[in-house]
Amino acid sequence: MIETSTTERARRVRRRVVDMCANPEGGHLGGSLSLTEILVTLYSSVLRIDPAHPESPDRDILILSKGHGAIGLYAALAEHGFIPEEHIDRYARPDAPLTAHPHAGIPGVEWPTGALGHGLSVGVGHALGFRLTGADRWCHVVMGDGELQEGSVWEAAMAASTHGLDRLVAVVDRNRLQITGSTEDNAALEPLADRWAAFGWDVHDVDGHDPDRLAEALRPPEAPTGKPRVVIARTVKGKGMPQVEGQARSHYAKLTDRQRRRAHAALTAQDPRGSRS
Amino acid sequence: MTQPTTLLDAPDIAPEPPRPNRDVYRDQLIDLMRADARVVCLDSDTGLFNSVDWGELAGRYINLGIAEQNLLGAAAGLAAVGHRPFVNTMATFATTRALESMKLDIARNNLPVRIAATHSGLAAGHLGATHHCLEDLAIMRLLPHMTVLVPADADQAGALVRAADALPGPVYLRLGRGATPALPPDAEPIRSGRAQTLRHGSDVTIVATGPYPVLRSLEAADLLAEQGVAARVLNMHTVKPLDEAALLDAARTTAGIVTVEEHWVQGGLGSAVAEVTSAALPCAPVLRVGVPDAFAAGNGGQEHLLNRNGITTEAVLTRARRLVALR
Repeated sequence: MIETSTTERARRVRRRVVDMCANPEGGHLGGSLSLTEILVTLYSSVLRIDPAHPESPDRDILILSKGHGAIGLYAALAEHGFIPEEHIDRYARPDAPLTAHPHAGIPGVEWPTGALGHGLSVGVGHALGFRLTGADRWCHVVMGDGELQEGSVWEAAMAASTHGLDRLVAVVDRNRLQITGSTEDNAALEPLADRWAAFGWDVHDVDGHDPDRLAEALRPPEAPTGKPRVVIARTVKGKGMPQVEGQARSHYAKLTDRQRRRAHAALTAQDPRGSRS
Repeated sequence: MTQPTTLLDAPDIAPEPPRPNRDVYRDQLIDLMRADARVVCLDSDTGLFNSVDWGELAGRYINLGIAEQNLLGAAAGLAAVGHRPFVNTMATFATTRALESMKLDIARNNLPVRIAATHSGLAAGHLGATHHCLEDLAIMRLLPHMTVLVPADADQAGALVRAADALPGPVYLRLGRGATPALPPDAEPIRSGRAQTLRHGSDVTIVATGPYPVLRSLEAADLLAEQGVAARVLNMHTVKPLDEAALLDAARTTAGIVTVEEHWVQGGLGSAVAEVTSAALPCAPVLRVGVPDAFAAGNGGQEHLLNRNGITTEAVLTRARRLVALR
């Protein structure tokens, strides 16, 4: 069986993100493009969720705690068959199903998010619940790096390691940028890996655009570790769109049709590894 | 092809398009910082100041990152040692996420912290429920010492920033996101703590706060006037402390009061007005227009959401007519 390569899926996800940012309201472009491989890897090869039964009681949970990455999530959900393409086409139109931050009722969206610093605490609750019932389930919480400036994240981090929640996985989209510029100029996060380790977490520091490395870090280990796991995914804000790569101004953008077409052309041209799966 | 037909009548200088009140706030704040070395701008990665060249003021622009509890606590600390911080975040994060810091660190110590809260009401539009804020008036007016100010257009934002700067205690300044239309140019100037009378009338009173509630109240008053009903329209730009004299006069001399706000219908301006009238004039009717007790329905821009959620000229009109009929 020939599977669609993760690279190809990522490219299609980025195309949808670009398309959504070309609507009259614009969209959260940069942080959705940095997220792409993280979400595609989770849905393609880590999470046990059936798009046909997105509310199945034994499914794994994904919480997009950086709710402003919603269009990245929607694009990935469409790519993996959770929501129809028509939803993407109507993004942010009056009374359309998809809003700029995820809300309940969209298939595949587990939590309405958008106020930062909530997801990891909710994930702690899920992991405690799985343990109480002996459920063979995992909870992945995807956070932005700017989001780590919220103090509540570190309350959750302490609780998770204290209680040995080894079915909880935090993923940090470490693109190093927030609206006003570098995270290190706002409220510095480095040494980030050391900080998570000091909070008692099993730390994996990987290239967040390399699906193989991400899959290795995100998949359940063979034996329980007794520690929650954090994957620091080193990414580039605006990845795949050369006009805005690595720029804080990509945070929110309203693209013209010309910009949209240029972005599509760039994505088509970027195929470094062919049909690698 | 349609030809422009008004070319000869066009004024030499086109009127300036309205500006978002948060932009006017920003410019006014920079002027205050130039005039008073105690004024400090504390940011939380809002992006509102990205275009500002701070120059010699650079040391007094401090960005603390996405951490609102820390932001409000730090503002209290700065104010306690003699600075006058203006704090910048979205209304929902200021009032619900950082509420304990607001209550205990700022209000309890009556410190001169000015909270500039953008994206209030439904101004965040399609950004959705996490960014809507329909509870801030209810929350902020509960806090002792707090002054609550709501500009109805961009010019008023400038005036109210200056008013806030002159006050000794904490101030909550409720701002929006996008540009909203300007009030009629002949409106009387606003005075801190006093309702602004936008229409004189003795049949019924409409009390509104915020840009669209005020505009829709004026539209309703115009429609009522066509039917021979003279509606008084009060812009309640200061929600706390309330202009009780103006409210009691309205309750005594007109058929009753309709309140209009971009806020949940419970707890905000309408509740505040009813508290005042019920204590002094228990029989004076108050009918409220606000968002019902539910998260806002629909998806889309601010005006679309206001229409979907009951903040309409029609809603004001219906209530005003009911009061006139009761008289």
